[in-house]
Amino acid sequence: MKCKQWLVLIAAVVAMWVSYSALASDEVVVYSARNEQLIKPLFDAYTKETGVEVKFVTGKAGSLMQRLKAEGENTPADLLITVDAGNLWQAANMGLLQTVLSEKLNQSIPEYLRDPENRWFGLSVRARTIVYNTDKLSDSDLSSYEDLAEPKWRGKLCLRTSKKVYNQSLVAMMIAEHGKPQTESIVKGWVANLATKPFSSDTKMMQAIAAGQCDVGIGNTYYFGRLEDKDPTIPLKLFWPNQQGSGVHVNISGGGVTQHAGNVKGAIALLEWLASEQAQNLFSDSNHEYPANAAVKPSAQVAAWGAFKANPLNVAKAGELQVEAVKLMDRAGYK
Amino acid sequence: MPNTDQLLELNHITQRYGETTVVQEMSLSLQRGEIGCLLGPSGCGKTSVLRGIAGFETVQEGTITLSGQQIAGRGQHLAAEKRRIGMVFQDYALFPHLSAAENIAFGLQGKSRHEKKQRVTEMLALIDMPQCGELYPHELSGGQQQRIALARALAPRPSLLLMDEPFSNLDVTLRERLCLDVRDILKQEQATAILVTHDQQEAFMVADVIGVMNEGRIQQWDSAYNLYHRPKNRFVANFVGEGVFLPGKVVDSERVEIELGIIDGEFDAPCCADCGVDVLLRPDDVLHDDNSPLQAVVKAKAFRGAQILYTLELPTGSEILSLVPSHHNHPIGEPIGIRLDTDHVITFRI
Amino acid sequence: MSKGESGVKLWTARLFSQGWRLSALAISLVVLTPVVVILWSLFSPDLAVWQHLKTHLLWELSSNTFWLVLGTASGTLVLGVALAWLTAVCEFPGRKIFSWALMLPLAVPAYVTAFVMVGILDFTGPLQSWMRASGIEWQPPEIRSLGGVILVMVLAFYPYVYLIARNAFATQGKRALEAAQSLGYSPQAGFFRVALPMARPWIIGGVMLVIMETLADFGTVSVFNYDTFTTGIYKAWFDMYSLQAASQLASILVIFVFIIVLLEQQARARMRYTTVGKTAGKQVRIQLKGWSRLAAVALASGVMLLAFIIPMTQLLIWVSDVGMDDLDSRYFEFLWHSLLLAAMAALLVVSASVILAVANRYYSDLGTRIMVRVATLGYALPGPVLAVGAFIPIAWFDNQLRDGLHTLFGYDGGLLLQGTMVTLLAALCIRFMAVGFSAVDGNLQRITRSIDESAHSLGSSGLVLLRRVHLPILRGGIFTAMTLVFVDVMKEMPITLMTRPFGWDTLAVRVFEMTAEGEWERAALPSVAIVLAGLIPIILMNRHAQH
Repeated sequence: MKCKQWLVLIAAVVAMWVSYSALASDEVVVYSARNEQLIKPLFDAYTKETGVEVKFVTGKAGSLMQRLKAEGENTPADLLITVDAGNLWQAANMGLLQTVLSEKLNQSIPEYLRDPENRWFGLSVRARTIVYNTDKLSDSDLSSYEDLAEPKWRGKLCLRTSKKVYNQSLVAMMIAEHGKPQTESIVKGWVANLATKPFSSDTKMMQAIAAGQCDVGIGNTYYFGRLEDKDPTIPLKLFWPNQQGSGVHVNISGGGVTQHAGNVKGAIALLEWLASEQAQNLFSDSNHEYPANAAVKPSAQVAAWGAFKANPLNVAKAGELQVEAVKLMDRAGYK
Repeated sequence: MPNTDQLLELNHITQRYGETTVVQEMSLSLQRGEIGCLLGPSGCGKTSVLRGIAGFETVQEGTITLSGQQIAGRGQHLAAEKRRIGMVFQDYALFPHLSAAENIAFGLQGKSRHEKKQRVTEMLALIDMPQCGELYPHELSGGQQQRIALARALAPRPSLLLMDEPFSNLDVTLRERLCLDVRDILKQEQATAILVTHDQQEAFMVADVIGVMNEGRIQQWDSAYNLYHRPKNRFVANFVGEGVFLPGKVVDSERVEIELGIIDGEFDAPCCADCGVDVLLRPDDVLHDDNSPLQAVVKAKAFRGAQILYTLELPTGSEILSLVPSHHNHPIGEPIGIRLDTDHVITFRI
Repeated sequence: MSKGESGVKLWTARLFSQGWRLSALAISLVVLTPVVVILWSLFSPDLAVWQHLKTHLLWELSSNTFWLVLGTASGTLVLGVALAWLTAVCEFPGRKIFSWALMLPLAVPAYVTAFVMVGILDFTGPLQSWMRASGIEWQPPEIRSLGGVILVMVLAFYPYVYLIARNAFATQGKRALEAAQSLGYSPQAGFFRVALPMARPWIIGGVMLVIMETLADFGTVSVFNYDTFTTGIYKAWFDMYSLQAASQLASILVIFVFIIVLLEQQARARMRYTTVGKTAGKQVRIQLKGWSRLAAVALASGVMLLAFIIPMTQLLIWVSDVGMDDLDSRYFEFLWHSLLLAAMAALLVVSASVILAVANRYYSDLGTRIMVRVATLGYALPGPVLAVGAFIPIAWFDNQLRDGLHTLFGYDGGLLLQGTMVTLLAALCIRFMAVGFSAVDGNLQRITRSIDESAHSLGSSGLVLLRRVHLPILRGGIFTAMTLVFVDVMKEMPITLMTRPFGWDTLAVRVFEMTAEGEWERAALPSVAIVLAGLIPIILMNRHAQH
């Protein structure tokens, strides 16, 4: 009995081997840290329009990058799509992405949203901004990220965990702007003002603000969008801080062509299409984000949140200073 | 008047499992220092009685009294751990995670360390295993484990010791030796004990008084000798020792006539002259006598070392058994001379 | 038989008997590889990151992990043993149902229980919202705390101890307990002095599993934002991009686990816990009366409620609120993949476990014992660390293979091993070897040597002995092992996520995709599917165990 089962198992394994080893040469293979339900519709649309198959694998950014690294020259991946500039910077730094010279891309994507060395390109934008409870506060009470460290906010602040890359990027940008010592005291101030332990997700944090556990917090705009979808009457509102100063902290999701891509042309074509006007709406609207392509307008719902001045610092800085940011947050006791 | 020497009394015990009655109206009493035995075929209820005395099973009717105190019956059931009754199980049930010495000391809770040590040494000496204290059960042989089990049960000086077929897992030669050893140990400790077994030899060697059980009842509670020579009913007569029944006629209070002739001797006649009875003939009642006119044909023989047990056929066709010194080796089919030599005459009404 | 023939026979017999050891060696080497890869990092440490970790985090991580492990181990020990005792030896209303129902929480992944519990008991959850709406001033204790994590982990992991202890209590025979009674110990005292010590090796095995699960857990502690060694490893690896520092932390973990395992092995060395007394005979249970009966029912129902009924109910509510939109044809694909993966992994692990257990039994020299212990180490590595540890050598090998084929045959295709099930299966097997082995070995230990010897004398040896004598007796253990591994793989997420082939998704991957975005409600449907799929083998296993 056992022998038979062994044979079946081996046969199954061999079959899988054969089926997966054969890859059509025309296809584009994508490693994506962006969720399936967000990217699949896009790839389907691409295939419909161009007839090119897109094969993709989803996973956590870090794991995908490790996989790319280990696969080395023989990697099947042509394109890496991930979330957060920090991750993109890291990927480029690890030598996983190659330089792409594309007029189209350079024209579609603003400079501060792409790698100075053209290894990666932002495709959608999200802002990490202040969220507050409308029953307790109004616009006039708020001003900047730094202000939230003031003692008047004691016991009224909610934050997401420092382990999430979005916060790491935020702090990294602050280091770029203010330097380490000042940023550290700001973060310490935040920690002192916490109403409760940091949350594991933006959504939970925003719900806590709505429920009154705290008055104000910092989160990504698209999470707010999702909550707004579910309950338009929710007592939350977005506030655009630092409008007099450097502007709202923004981040991107984006991608780059892998260093050892087999189908470089195909990868670039896909990337250009993703940055083009047709795809941009699809890309950003599905997730309440802002299109990276300045020529494209955001969805009505997103536009309703108002216009704002974004921090023009190149998002690559977020990656450069990420490790510093993590260490700083550890020192400040921000969990 | 309460007998201060009487340790255990079972008064019309009945035990049931659901619909089945396993023990019926059983009574017995045991004196202090006596070794009793419940002997019977499997399924006769002897183990149930034992477990009832121990407290592992309940008694539906009747009472059990230990040292004058009622421990079971009439709605009352004293928990097993409170009865101070020791038990040796058929499979010894030694605790595998404790050494032999720790096993023995297990029932000595409440004693000081010094007292425990002393008692354990005492017991190890008693069972003749003074060096084995540190060994674990899996390192001991069957016979050794059994002795440790006995020592463990005796260490707390229980008022009563129960043994459930303790020798059945041992081989025959070991068994014999251990039976005698166990009896010695029990007597030395002045322990009162009840042994349960289906093996007559064990019962005979160990016990002072034996109760033959069948179908939940005690057929006879008596010494080994009496069970053998004065069985009270057919079952006991059949179960204890060997023998055959021959039809006979009572002549008078001292004589019975059977086909082999007239037997005289003491007996309790179940009826007056001329009535029919069955007479029990044991193999040792039938002697081999070359000069005897009475002849029987050898039908089968079983060699037993010192003796041969012959199954003989009488002219009338009935079969009898005869135990003969084994140098009289007769082949099957040969007629041999026999003669009766009875002391007790055992008769049962037809 | 000629001399030559008998010589060959002897030689093959010897080879065959060594075959067990060789196979065991092969298995332990496979398992050892990722461990070695991880430990290798100790030789090329990332000092900068390590310095930061040491100064700011190491103490806190260690202390957090320590308290978490202590709390979870004690909690599962007490709860698992208590429940096992109640259902194996006592009698109380509903015992038969509880006996198998208490196993059901095994099917619910700990991270699911975590987000459900937090969802229900947190400030924004239904309970507190209702309390605030009703004007109740009192706030219940914060769920997102050490106590909360311990509670969730105990509820998720107690079945490991429960299952193993229940088996131990049920098979060890009433004899020993009656012997204790005859020596003056009440049933309760007998439990502590006899039943518990006798079952100790198995119970310890169960608690070890729980400790390993706790150490390797990432999903649950993430929900609580509770920092442990494992989250530290993640941080070093993904946030500080230092695989070396991550491996350094991981290697501390591995060494620590290895020490514990060795100590446990020492403790077991001398005692052989083959069954005391025959298990035949009426199973007379201790009837519980009065307040103890009440307490038993209350405990069992309370645990069922918290560990299974409430989470399932919340999940079902979420499903009905949100979830059915996700149900499309891809769903059945996820389900099929999950089932297939779990079945294949279970088969592999159990086969390897049997080999290890047999080798362990026949060759009780230190070398074999160490080999076997090593083979079960994979459990202590956090999923992603193990995935990388497995991935790197396979990737390297694959690259060499491809280059070799290219040179020899001009082979120009893609990689051969990666992107297939090989890496995934290898990593999963390494991870779950301990689970399978523990179940099979525990059973094998119960088989007395005399059974082996009597079989030998009747002419069976080697493979025949295994097939005709051991396997039938082992059937229970094998079945248990297969079930545990099956359910574990169905729930497993990090390794699957990292090493799966293209587009080959499972239910657990789906749950991850949802929870990664904080969309817990949408994670409910795949979670329910995982639980339901896991329930069937658990119920089957229970049925089988009753016989």
